[in-house]
Amino acid sequence: MHIIKVENLVKRFGSITAVDNISFEVEEGTIFGFLGPNGAGKTTTINILCTLLSPTSGKAYLNGHDCNSESSEVRKSIGIVFQDSSLDKDLTARENLVFHSYLYNVPKTERKERVEDALRFVDLQDRADDLVKKFSGGMKRRLEVARGLIHRPKVLFLDEPTLGLDPQSRTNLWEFITGLPKKHKVTIFMTTHYMEEAEVCDKIAIIDKGKIIASGTPQELKRIIGGDVIYLKTDDNKKAMEDIKNLFDVEVSEKDGEIFISALKGDACIPEIIREIGERVLSVRMQRPTLNDVFLKLTGKEIRDEVASSGDSIKETVRSYRRRHD
Amino acid sequence: MIETNAIYVIVAREFKKFIREKSRLFSTIARPLLWLFLVGAGMSRLVPSGGGVSYIQFIFPGILGMTILFSSIFSSISIIWDKEFGFMKEILVAPVSRFSIVIGKAVSGMILSTIQAAIILALFPFLGLKLGVFQIAEIMMVCAILSFAIAAFGILLATFYDSYESFSVIMNFIVMPMFFLSGAMYPVKLLPDILKLFTKINPLTYGIDALKNIIFPFEKGNMSPDFPLYLDVLVIVIASFVFVLIAGKAFERKG
Repeated sequence: MHIIKVENLVKRFGSITAVDNISFEVEEGTIFGFLGPNGAGKTTTINILCTLLSPTSGKAYLNGHDCNSESSEVRKSIGIVFQDSSLDKDLTARENLVFHSYLYNVPKTERKERVEDALRFVDLQDRADDLVKKFSGGMKRRLEVARGLIHRPKVLFLDEPTLGLDPQSRTNLWEFITGLPKKHKVTIFMTTHYMEEAEVCDKIAIIDKGKIIASGTPQELKRIIGGDVIYLKTDDNKKAMEDIKNLFDVEVSEKDGEIFISALKGDACIPEIIREIGERVLSVRMQRPTLNDVFLKLTGKEIRDEVASSGDSIKETVRSYRRRHD
Repeated sequence: MIETNAIYVIVAREFKKFIREKSRLFSTIARPLLWLFLVGAGMSRLVPSGGGVSYIQFIFPGILGMTILFSSIFSSISIIWDKEFGFMKEILVAPVSRFSIVIGKAVSGMILSTIQAAIILALFPFLGLKLGVFQIAEIMMVCAILSFAIAAFGILLATFYDSYESFSVIMNFIVMPMFFLSGAMYPVKLLPDILKLFTKINPLTYGIDALKNIIFPFEKGNMSPDFPLYLDVLVIVIASFVFVLIAGKAFERKG
């Protein structure tokens, strides 16, 4: 079943088209990643899906409900972790969770239990009664994820969940997030501009300048690049190359004393090569194409660095537009 | 649609934060005291008492109104802070009707302002005023509905302004004129016609006039109330409804 369905969605802010006719579907119980540079339209799409913005045209459905006309039904089925913290820093962790459980009408008899469960789940029981302003970035983010799950949503939105976190908190948070669909029967919709992070997704849509330019599983996307590369060092490279050519029917060449082999499934290929010419191999290494390579190939630019400034300027334009029209 | 759970928790949050923020209580109590005893005491040398009411007694209803004006507006304007710090999003994506949010915020302002007004009201014996239990109960009721109306007005302002910078604009160009054109410091009937017009569209005028009606009901002359009590109360109640309605609608708009 498609828990999210988006059809020809367009959102314009004045003369800027933030989301330009996108369509996609998300399967229930999966992790869906929206990957793209800052200002590509990721947050705008999330804001439409979570009923904060109306689309200019097109439709978005969540759990079978129209995100624009059935706001209330949609809101009941979603939990959100926004890019910028939406915790009340002058309340304690527990008070933030209790606030949320009242707001979402969690049954009175379950309120206490769910709040305690959530605190335990993100390992914050010891800090439950500390004001949130004393928390580190990673703790806040964990608390927000826990809060987003208290009312048992069908879909959890994570907008750049690891932004501004140190590498260790980032790793911890990812471990935690990837375990969610099984533990909580929830679909995850996340955005990121970190390529490595998108690798954990079941399906990815790459978005640039408001358009989806590619989508599929991480493996499918990487195939756009053309598979893995295996590097071999042997005691006699010339002979080894001939043998491999004869045995496997793959492209082989040599550079700087290393044989390199392009293979669609490098990891399956290595054991076979070792079985055949194993005693002559001195070292093996394999390089996988990254999603960064994919993005580079599709758009001709790196995802990470260059766009920060243009992304900021779009954000600023959208902000001033909203100010004028609110 | 009105969700009691949501309203309750919005009020509980404001109340908790208010109790934690001692400096806010201090400043909202200190401001009216300064006006009452510094401005009031100075001016009373200049202004002859009209009939039985001295100037400092005359401004007492106005000072109660001021306490309510500032604390209700401040309570509602916290919406701008919530927007700026992101917490408003948590409330806006929740399955709660916009009217419940507005009512929750207005009730918060009502409770906090009424408490502060009660503290100021406790000073009445020091000003030589005599109030009975029944009068005090009436005053508290007027304070409560006035606080609700002003808080709802503040929410309306907060839906149209959404940055820090707008705070000083609201304070200087809306709140201060509202205070001066409310009959708090000088009788409305002595104002030039053009300013009188402004006092008539100012909800605070009717709140303060209602308090004057209750605190010195037998006063005649310049310092007497301008409208009958029932009209004052009616205007405040109607204004509350209108503000809540417009603010609720304003909240519902999406970008």
